Amino acid sequence: MSTALEHPTYNYKVVRQFAIMTVVWGIVGMTLGVTIAAQMVWPELNLGLPWTSFGRLRPLHTNSVIFAFGGSALFATSYYVVQRTCQTRLFSDKLAAFTFWGWQAVILSAAISLPLGYTTSKEYAELEWPIDILLAAVWISYAVVFLGTIKIRKTSHVYVANWFFAAFILTVAVLHIVNSAEVPISGMKSYSIYAGAVDAMVQWWYGHNAVGFFLTAGFLGMMYYFVPKQAERPIYSYRLSIVHFWALITIYMWAGPHHLHYTALPDWAQSLGMIMSIILLAPSWGGMINGMMTLSGAWHKLRTDPTLRFLVVALSFYGMSTFEGPMMAVKTVNALSHYTDWTIGHVHAGALGWVAMITIGSIYHLLPRLYGQTEMFSVKLIAVHFWLATIGTVLYIAAMWVNGILQGLMWRAVNADGTLMYTFIEAVEASHPGYVVRWVGGVFWVTGMLIMAFNSYMTIKRRESIGQPIPQAA
Amino acid sequence: MDMGTFRGIITLLTLISFLGIVWWAYSKRRKKDFDEAAHLPFADDELPNRDNRVSNGEADTRHADSRKDKGDNNA
Repeated sequence: MSTALEHPTYNYKVVRQFAIMTVVWGIVGMTLGVTIAAQMVWPELNLGLPWTSFGRLRPLHTNSVIFAFGGSALFATSYYVVQRTCQTRLFSDKLAAFTFWGWQAVILSAAISLPLGYTTSKEYAELEWPIDILLAAVWISYAVVFLGTIKIRKTSHVYVANWFFAAFILTVAVLHIVNSAEVPISGMKSYSIYAGAVDAMVQWWYGHNAVGFFLTAGFLGMMYYFVPKQAERPIYSYRLSIVHFWALITIYMWAGPHHLHYTALPDWAQSLGMIMSIILLAPSWGGMINGMMTLSGAWHKLRTDPTLRFLVVALSFYGMSTFEGPMMAVKTVNALSHYTDWTIGHVHAGALGWVAMITIGSIYHLLPRLYGQTEMFSVKLIAVHFWLATIGTVLYIAAMWVNGILQGLMWRAVNADGTLMYTFIEAVEASHPGYVVRWVGGVFWVTGMLIMAFNSYMTIKRRESIGQPIPQAA
Repeated sequence: MDMGTFRGIITLLTLISFLGIVWWAYSKRRKKDFDEAAHLPFADDELPNRDNRVSNGEADTRHADSRKDKGDNNA
């Protein structure tokens, strides 16, 4: 890092920091995922200790992949894209540096407090109140840096990617602050100010919009910049992207109740959530088609460019999981799928297939450019990473489909006299092969990420031998 | 107003605003602006000194001070 060039216009330092931490937290978060996947296969791996038990490591896994890996990727790409498409430097270098160090502090606090058992028990919002306050401060600074940069732009238009990033930043601020409203009773313990069904509804309004804005709108911002860049042609339809933006952000807000089918939530709210989830297919696919069609006339590039392959396969998985999601939100389908491994499979089709793949493609595009190069150290290793990630994802989701449908059918099977046909443990035993396959898929993913770390390290290191001719990438 | 009428009005307003956005996005007047905006990701490649292209020798003629190993001090 000491030899890194200072860019004449842009603040690349904070982008580099976040880009490197994306790779680091990706490895940490996915290794945690593989660990708890192994615990499902071999339960003794919880070591009999409270700190390494599944119930404490699982929120650490979700927090580290979503907020540490995904969050760092969003910071890196949004700071990069907003500077380049507004042709101006970040609004404030100091505040941008605060978002980096503040965000890392939040992640480290999570890594310490979650294994110790401090939790609010709200999914994806487990962090206790002091960390929530730090997170809110970092996030508001992020909004100031990002929106401030748009305000001082040198271009007349605000590129569509920045619209998605801005919506993601503003909405996540609102979601986090509303859902984390809580009454502290001691240094590390608080209670939500909401109660009963209202608490559940607020939680899943937050939870589903975390998917819709953190894991979708933010990464669509990435898609709208890096797919055109890597394909070297403008987005298929800018008009469609405008309609895509407004339709997506309007409809996502209402889809949360589908997490609470057949619960104490009022029936009308469940039906509203179901219908809005089905409508959501339209803007989701509109965006996917817009990204895909950008490649028309450039499909041959996929043969030689594994970075572009990452971006396009990410869009395919996005299309697949945004079809699967509305289907699972239908109450009768949900009656079979809810509480089974199908849900876990659906989440990972989105998280690995869409979020992680679009991130990796984007990082492979921007990392060499941050270090004054045009290509990663080894394009062959990108291709190896691509296949490991694709096969890993397919193994993961196929195993969870089989397990989920199997569990759903076994749980609902009844004998002629109305008693349950299977005990719960029989469904667990039947799931064992699926858990092994899922673990193998996870190992594929972590291996790919380690290759990415090596490739990134070599790219940055090569930067130091500047002045010498750069070896042609294979 | 009963609940059914209220829902009907909300649905109608949502439909009108959606059609409004589509009409606005696809109107001929906006075409030029949108074409310009769509090219923004490529616009800064054409400007000199915007990108750190140092893989070829001649790119080194600019920003002599930034090439010294003085670290990245823009924090």
